[in-house]
Amino acid sequence: MNSRLPTPFRGLRRRLAERAAESDIWDAVQLARDDGRPYTLDYADRLVDDWIELHGDRAGTDDHAIVAGVGSFRGRTIAIVGHQKGRDLKERAFRNFGMAQPQGYAKARRVFALADRLGFPVVTMIDTPGAYPGVEAEQAGQAAAIAQSMLAMTRLRVPVVACVIGEGGSGGALAIGVADRVLMLEHSIYSVISPEGCASILWRDVNQRRKAAAAFKPTARFSYELGVVDVVVPEPSGGAHKDVDRAARLLGDAVSQALESIEAEPVELRRAARRAKFRRMGVWLEDGVLVGEKEHDAEPAVQTAD
Amino acid sequence: MASHEEPEDIQVEVEREEETPREQPPARAKLHPNTCPVCKSHYREDELRAVLRVCTVCGHHFPVGAEERVEQLADPGSFRPLAEGLRSADPLAFTDLRPYTERLSEAEVATGLGDAMVAGAATIAGMPCVLCTMDFTFMGGSMGSVVGEIFTRAADIAAERGIPLISVTSSGGARMQENILALMQMAKTVCAVDLLQESGVPYVSVLAHPTTGGVIASFAALGDFVVSEPGALLSFAGPRVVQETTRETLPPDFGRAESSLEHGLIDAVVKRDDLKAELGQILRLCAGGTLVPMEPNGDAVVPPPGVVARVLRFLRQRPHGDAHTNGGHA
Repeated sequence: MNSRLPTPFRGLRRRLAERAAESDIWDAVQLARDDGRPYTLDYADRLVDDWIELHGDRAGTDDHAIVAGVGSFRGRTIAIVGHQKGRDLKERAFRNFGMAQPQGYAKARRVFALADRLGFPVVTMIDTPGAYPGVEAEQAGQAAAIAQSMLAMTRLRVPVVACVIGEGGSGGALAIGVADRVLMLEHSIYSVISPEGCASILWRDVNQRRKAAAAFKPTARFSYELGVVDVVVPEPSGGAHKDVDRAARLLGDAVSQALESIEAEPVELRRAARRAKFRRMGVWLEDGVLVGEKEHDAEPAVQTAD
Repeated sequence: MASHEEPEDIQVEVEREEETPREQPPARAKLHPNTCPVCKSHYREDELRAVLRVCTVCGHHFPVGAEERVEQLADPGSFRPLAEGLRSADPLAFTDLRPYTERLSEAEVATGLGDAMVAGAATIAGMPCVLCTMDFTFMGGSMGSVVGEIFTRAADIAAERGIPLISVTSSGGARMQENILALMQMAKTVCAVDLLQESGVPYVSVLAHPTTGGVIASFAALGDFVVSEPGALLSFAGPRVVQETTRETLPPDFGRAESSLEHGLIDAVVKRDDLKAELGQILRLCAGGTLVPMEPNGDAVVPPPGVVARVLRFLRQRPHGDAHTNGGHA
């Protein structure tokens, strides 16, 4: 039918479709950043009993952009480590907008080690625009802190589940994202750079952020199609903030399923399996043949939210 | 909100390079690549190559391509390349101002390389190693699926053969055109380093100008030895992003190798003239270690107390040569 249209209209239709796709993806970005969206502590509150929050890197700092703690989750003790954003102006400043300093990643590492020693599965919650880009953060080794946090996660003997619950921004997000299973909430995003950053570098104009977002497709569905995410977790209609209790239940179910499937695998192979999972990531051409394309069902493995 | 990692494209780097000369009367034309941006000495290509691309007047280190870096470091004729057939695909069908595929073919033509990293087995000062070098001229040395895969294969071979891995990085960070897959290369290369560490194989990371973003925040930060060339920019976030986010005036040496050394982020700043000797020395020292075999879970194999004494007692009691004959009878 398309082919019967005169050429200029075909172009118009294509442009309209592009525009529509662009605004879909931009809506997703805005939803993922909605300040009503539940943050790590909102989920911790609803997912676990007997929650004890843990503080500090044991070296002089407690970074409030990363929260951590232990609690009882459906019959087992787990450790939760996640980024924490703030809701009002004061809390946002206190949480540094969810942007961690190197000391925050040191805090995460300390809690990973504790969980590993005591046999608590680790559940991380990713929700950050990125690691904090500051002079002092750089001088304290932001890059190394991120790398070491990832390295620490590859070594854990306990099951590790990572959940992208809002904004998965770049290395600061992935620093706590090296897991046996990676879950992503339906309306969250995961990307190598913010749409604004991408636009200002590639388009040389930060106002092209909608175009940038459409080009790099940071949505849950696309991350799933590329094999980066194992499960897309459904949210209540309209987004997690419309019904936080229900969103937490749905996330809890997905985490619980993921933990069970990890626990069913032999523990002595866990580290090698986690390594192998990330080893497979990427798509490239080898001697002209495409390697690494994921074979998936067309639709991600979400249950409907009803 | 500004970006917090700056996987920069090459154009961004060009802008930054111009910042220093701009303090003088604004340069009318862009500097020739063989003109020293600090003291303006100009070199013919063969001259510059012969002096390892270090300005003989002021010591400025010019960028070095991936293949030339191999020539500088590996013993002549010793380099055996691996993973040469890898090329970037375009899994996102990414187009910014230009299609990703166009940028790729342009980079291929400009550099003669398949992607931003070259790897192979080599010897340095007679010591065997696996060597990976990066090329900043290939899309800002950005790390996409191909760079991640080449590094991982190099690390796997090093781990398998028990020979040290050396990487020389020069990169703006992860490659935006592969978005989330590029981000995942950080985790992938970290996993490769994990295998190296588990195998007790040394890893030497050499940071050349610039090593930033997703590369310094993954494998490049995890060397057992981390050294850098003088003046190299080594930061997670680029100066522009830090400036825009914090609105602070950055210290003039922000993120530079010398400042990183002061802050305990790297082991040494090594001039390019001394780099080969330094690597040779590190490789010799590593070869002189007494390696404790590691179990797959990362714990060193240390016999429980008393076991050594029992084994020695058993060996002393055992009649000479009996073990073999007994084995034969059973």
